Amino acid sequence: MNRILTATVVLFLLALAGCAATPTAEQSGAAVEDRGKPVGPPVVPAKPKPDTGAKPLFEKPLGAAALKDPGNILSRRSVYFDFDSNLVKDEFRPLVTAHARYLQQNPGTKMRIEGHADERGSREYNIALGQRRSEAVKQMMQLLGARPDQIESVSFGEEKPKGTGHDEASWAENRRGDIVYQGE
Amino acid sequence: MIKEFVGATSGKFLGRPYRVLRAVVVLISLALLPAAHAALTIEIVGTGASQFPIAIVPFRAEAGLAQALTPVVAADLARSGLFSMVDAGGLNPLPYEPQDVNYAIWRARGADAVVIGSVAPLPDGRYDVRFRLMDVAKQAQLAGFAYTANATQLRLTAHRIADVIYEMLTSGKGVFSTRIAYIVKKGKRYELQVADADGYGAQTVRWSDEPIISPSWSPDGTRLAYVSFEQKKAVVYVQSLMTGQYQAVANYWGSNSAPTWSPDGRTLAVVLSKEGGSQIYFISTDGKGQPRRMTNSSAIDTEPNFSPDGELLLFTSDRGGSPQIYGMPTAGGDPRRLTFEGSYNVTPRVSPDGKSFTFIQRNGGRFNVAVQDMTTRQVQVLTDGVIDESPSFAPNGRMILYATEVRGRGVLSAVSSDGRVKQRLTEDAGDVREPAWGPFPK
Repeated sequence: MNRILTATVVLFLLALAGCAATPTAEQSGAAVEDRGKPVGPPVVPAKPKPDTGAKPLFEKPLGAAALKDPGNILSRRSVYFDFDSNLVKDEFRPLVTAHARYLQQNPGTKMRIEGHADERGSREYNIALGQRRSEAVKQMMQLLGARPDQIESVSFGEEKPKGTGHDEASWAENRRGDIVYQGE
Repeated sequence: MIKEFVGATSGKFLGRPYRVLRAVVVLISLALLPAAHAALTIEIVGTGASQFPIAIVPFRAEAGLAQALTPVVAADLARSGLFSMVDAGGLNPLPYEPQDVNYAIWRARGADAVVIGSVAPLPDGRYDVRFRLMDVAKQAQLAGFAYTANATQLRLTAHRIADVIYEMLTSGKGVFSTRIAYIVKKGKRYELQVADADGYGAQTVRWSDEPIISPSWSPDGTRLAYVSFEQKKAVVYVQSLMTGQYQAVANYWGSNSAPTWSPDGRTLAVVLSKEGGSQIYFISTDGKGQPRRMTNSSAIDTEPNFSPDGELLLFTSDRGGSPQIYGMPTAGGDPRRLTFEGSYNVTPRVSPDGKSFTFIQRNGGRFNVAVQDMTTRQVQVLTDGVIDESPSFAPNGRMILYATEVRGRGVLSAVSSDGRVKQRLTEDAGDVREPAWGPFPK
C-alpha cells in the first residue's frame, strides 16, 4: 500500500518535473480500458505550489483572441491519453499549463473539459472513464492555479468518436479530453 | 396525435374453467412525434428444445379486415421458438366453432392444439373478436375469449390472443403485447423510439442531433428515463409516453447518467459526478429534493439496477482494479462483489424473479451476454457476437434483448434465458442500439 502511494507520488513529481517517461500503451486488440486505480495527479496528497514554472513579471494577460490564434498554444485543445490510463502525459503539460494560466488571468472565464473513451465496452462505463480523464485534466489545472468553479468536467464516453475506425489508430484518437470555453 | 388512454379491447371469457385474464386491455398511445415508418424486422435464429405443434385456423371474416389477426398470432408464437406451426389450409369448410372441429384431421396433421375464431363487425364500428384454443388429444376447449376492438386495436388484440395461448401451453406469461424502447442513429440524428415487442408500430419519442443513451422504463410502462446530451453534457430526463412531456431530473455540475427505476416507481438511481468521480445517487422521479448518495468510493460506480423486491442494488464498479458487478442493500450496508470470472463484467440487470442477473462479460476480444445465478454464482454465456451490449430481460424472464453488431451496423437481438432460441431484429435504416424491454401493461 505504502509502496503504491510512494510510487504514485514519485510518478506525479516526475510528471511535474517534466522528465517522466511516457508510459507505453498496452495495445492488445482484445483489451479494453478498464483499470481501476487512477495513477495521475488526482490521488496525490502533497499539493505542490501552484504554477511551478517561472512567470515573467511583464507578461500581459492574454485576450480571447489568443484562444483562436493557430500560433498560440491556447488554440490546442485536446489532451490524449494512453490506453487504460488517465495520466496527463508530459507532452500535454505545456498545453494544460497554458490553459490553466489563461483561466487564472481571466477569472470570469469558464470552460468545460469533455472526456472521451474508445468504443470498447459498455456505454455507461465509458462515460465514467471519460469523466475520470476529464477530472484528471481539471485537477492538474487547479494545481496550476485555476479555480475549481471555472472548470466543469463532463464526459461523452464513446458517443462522439473523432476517429471512426475500429482500430488502435481510431481508439487512440478517442481517448482524450477536449477543452471547450464557455460560449464556444 | 392521440392524447388519452384508449380503453381498448374489452375481453370476455368464453367458457368457464379457466381464470379470466385481464378484462380491459389498455393501449397507451404515444402522443408524440409522427410514427416512424421504419419497422424492425425479426428473424428467428434458433428454436426451443421441444416445440409445441399448433394449428391456427384463419378466423371467420378476418380476410376483409385491414389487419388480419391469425398471421400476427402465428408469427408471435413462432418467434418464441417454442411452437411449430401446423398447416391449417385445405379444409372446406374451415372450422370456426368447437362443434366444427374434426379432431381426427388435426391428429393426423400432428397438431396438439388448434386455434379457431371469428371476427364480426359491431353496429358502433368496432369488432367482436372471439377465439378458442382446443386441445386435440382431450377434444376439449382449453381457453376461449371474446374481445371488443376498434380497427386500430386489432393488432394488439392478436398479441393478447397469442399471450393467452402462450400462457395456457407453456405455463409462462406471454410478452407479445409488451413494448420495447431503443435508440436509432440515422446519420447525425439520434431517435429514441418505442415499438411493439414484434417491432411493429415504431414511434419516435424524442430525437436530437446529440447522443441519447440508456433508456429505462418506469415500472408501470408510462414513462421513460434516459440520458440526452442535447445540453452538450449528459443530463437525465424523464418523459411521459402519454403526454410526450419531458423534464430534466438530474442536471448537476458534471455528468448525469445511467438512470434506473426502483420497483415502486418512486425513486431513480442515477450516476452523478457532482462531487468528483462517478458515484450512485438516489433521486426523486421529478428531480425535486436533494440527491442521496448511495456509494462512497474513489472508484467508478455506475450502471445501477434494482432487484425486483427493491432490496438490492446491483452496479458496476472498478474498486477492485477491474470492472466487476457488486450488490449492495438499498437500506444501507457494504457492497459485496458478485462476479469473479474474467476481468471485465459490466451492465448488470436483475431477472424479474430476482434469482439471477444478466450482464456483459468480456471473453478474449468478445463482449457477450451472460447470466449468473444469484445463489450458486454459476455463469452461462448466452451469445457469441463480437460486441454485444445492453442486455434487458423480457418481463417474463424468458428472453433477453440486447444490442449487437452485424457488418458494422447496430442491430437488436434477443436470446432465450437458456441460450437456445435467438432472434434478430433489424431496422431498415440506421444503427439500432440501447434496447430496453418494457414491463407488462398495467
